[in-house]
Amino acid sequence: MDLNIFWFILMGVLLTGYAILDGFDLGVGIMHLFVKKDEERRLLMNSIGPLWDGNEVWLVTFGGALFAAFPHAYATAFSGFYLPFMFLLFALIFRAVSMEFRSKQEMKWWRRSWDVSFTVASTLATFLFGVAVGNMMKGLPIGADMEYQGGLLNLLGPFPLLIGVFAVATFAMHGSIYLYLKTEGDLQKRIHRWMWTTFGIFLVLYIFTTMATLVSLPSAVTNFREVPWAWVVVVLNVLAIANIPRAIYLGKPGYAFISSAATIAALTFLFGFSLFPNMIVSSLDPAYSLTIYNAASSQKTLGIMRWIAVLGMPFVLSYTIAIYWIFRGKTQLGKFSY
Amino acid sequence: MDLDVLFLSRFQFALTIMFHYLFPPLSIGLGVIMVITEGMFLKTKNRQYEVMARFWTKIFAVVFAMGVATGIVMEFEFGTNWATYSRYVGDVFGSPLAAEGVFAFFLESGFLAVLVFGWDRVGPKMHFFSTVMVALGSMFSAVWIVVANSWQQTPAGFHIVGDGMMARAEITDFWAMVFNPSSVDRLTHTLIGAFILGGFFVMSITAWYILHRRHVEVSKQSFSIALVVATIASLAALFTGHHQANTVSETQPAKLAAFEGHFETGPADLWLFGIPDAEAQKVHMGIAIPGGLSFLVHGDFNAPVTGLDAFPEDERPPLQIPFQAYHIMIALGMYFIGITLLAAFFRWRGTLFDKRWLLWVFVFSIIGPYIANQAGWIAAEVGRQPWIVYGLLRTSDALSKAVSAEEVLTSIILFTIIYLFLFAIWLYIMNEKIKHGPEDDVAPATATGGLLDTVGERAGAGGASLTNPHEDGKEG
Repeated sequence: MDLNIFWFILMGVLLTGYAILDGFDLGVGIMHLFVKKDEERRLLMNSIGPLWDGNEVWLVTFGGALFAAFPHAYATAFSGFYLPFMFLLFALIFRAVSMEFRSKQEMKWWRRSWDVSFTVASTLATFLFGVAVGNMMKGLPIGADMEYQGGLLNLLGPFPLLIGVFAVATFAMHGSIYLYLKTEGDLQKRIHRWMWTTFGIFLVLYIFTTMATLVSLPSAVTNFREVPWAWVVVVLNVLAIANIPRAIYLGKPGYAFISSAATIAALTFLFGFSLFPNMIVSSLDPAYSLTIYNAASSQKTLGIMRWIAVLGMPFVLSYTIAIYWIFRGKTQLGKFSY
Repeated sequence: MDLDVLFLSRFQFALTIMFHYLFPPLSIGLGVIMVITEGMFLKTKNRQYEVMARFWTKIFAVVFAMGVATGIVMEFEFGTNWATYSRYVGDVFGSPLAAEGVFAFFLESGFLAVLVFGWDRVGPKMHFFSTVMVALGSMFSAVWIVVANSWQQTPAGFHIVGDGMMARAEITDFWAMVFNPSSVDRLTHTLIGAFILGGFFVMSITAWYILHRRHVEVSKQSFSIALVVATIASLAALFTGHHQANTVSETQPAKLAAFEGHFETGPADLWLFGIPDAEAQKVHMGIAIPGGLSFLVHGDFNAPVTGLDAFPEDERPPLQIPFQAYHIMIALGMYFIGITLLAAFFRWRGTLFDKRWLLWVFVFSIIGPYIANQAGWIAAEVGRQPWIVYGLLRTSDALSKAVSAEEVLTSIILFTIIYLFLFAIWLYIMNEKIKHGPEDDVAPATATGGLLDTVGERAGAGGASLTNPHEDGKEG
């Protein structure tokens, strides 16, 4: 297989893994302030306590792999998104320390401040991921030298902002379903309502986003003409979305979670598929776009990295599965909890 | 304007990496102590070891979280502030970075969950295995990032493709890149620096407990373990440091000349301290061993050592910072050897824990390894200037073209505020955890049990034992 395509697919796999896994723990963060009791807030944080760090490693590895496999795409995107990415970093920092610090002190103001920081940081991080994806879909003013030529305001157009809001809604739904799986009793009953509400908001935004994409970005469907079977993913995506309320209604939250994970996977796939073979589309001149060929590392490096991936990914998957297995079941507060 | 972005981006990188580097070496060093402590528990079934293993794990978790939170910044910053550098080195530098994610970070984060949250979810052997994996994982992360950094110091296994602004380094030989001339030396020295920090950290806390007659038995135990680690590591640092300096003399002679304040190629003195002056080409107010540097490098007091004069002025590193940082590191290294050997001697004689003055020295000595670790890296990185990749790419050519000075200034201000704030909170939380102490003589705290209440009880217990030293026997 063409190494460049292999790496483009692997980047997609890493991004999908990240979006599904960190997606639910970001979602828990977004919903955090909707419970009021201290014990319930602790339950929410501890439901992701042992897992969030490993989930975030998918992002770290995505970043490292992008740097290694497509250094030009990494350099152009990261320097172009300078300030939004700085705020993303601050959000990720505050998320991590909010969980770590929150329950270490009893004072009300202390816990409340970290609760707010946790929700704001989770929401902001999700929103900025969405904005970044929206900009990638829309294309950026990239010059012949592969450098970003716009300013901060170029990044905050209506379409990227819409994708940002859509991302928050998606993760809020995904996180709510996850929480339903991890909680019990009265709290779980309330979270049952969250699932419906967040699904409703998600559905409205999904329809709206789909229309906006088709209207404002006709290029998004170009690749479907050449590879018609990709429509299958669109159909599966719709089926997965339709299965979420069905599974909730039938009282099968596990299926609802798998369906929302599948929805996220399908959306990530469609994002990558419509970009291919571009990594970053130039809105100035298509010839300036960064593709999986002109933005890539040498064949030698891509080949070495394939070995790293082939050797490493089985370990990664087995740790991930083992950890989720060890921490399965309902979240309980114990002496080692946050 | 260009200069501004350069200065600001360098300043931001220095700020964020130095802050980040407060945490990973402590994770690595503490990891070793945790492995030993928990291993001893499995072997002897002595519950005191378990109590301490749990205590160090709690401390470790807070350190690790800060390392993760500040570490992700570093990975992003290559792209945000140093885009041209990223394009230039991505083919070479990227693969160790990706390997770090795949091989080290996943290992670390996965088993950390078991380590911190899994005491009652898995058996003791599985838990010990997780501790070992976390400790190994933290060392693996050091491996890959130090390999990448060493390649910047002593590039190998690559060729240059393209010219002018489109030139970049591409890998020709992966293993030659990994085992470039400085990787092994720098990696061992870095890890040993982390072990020293871990040892002194544990000794500082436990010495404080012993001085306050709290948790005395378990503290003596942990202090002894840490003392062994710190003594061996301090001695090893001398050897790896010497070896590394010899490598630098071959691969980066300009850097060594800056470290040692050596201006003219020829026999070189060894300055113990002083103030180098680039204008006057001499070292002021210093004491030197005549021919000392020649002897250390070549085993001959008269052998010539390359001086700064061998390099054009625009290829010389700054002088003052590398010289002072390097000398501070070495002075502290000597101090670590002296103080650990002295303590080891008293420990062997069985009188260490009666020497209150020495325990107080250890309480404050934790500052030493922190400064030494930072100073060593400052010397290494500033000594590499003006190059970002030695001899190939200048730092001034490595910036992001799309980023303005105003943007970097904004992020610097925010980083400064946020990091100062986090540092204060971190110190406060660490202080609370240390005041709370290991749970060696109280019933396990209930889940919702107030931490402050427990702290209060602890303080009460500590006060009581001050007046009644015999109570110590009860602890543990």
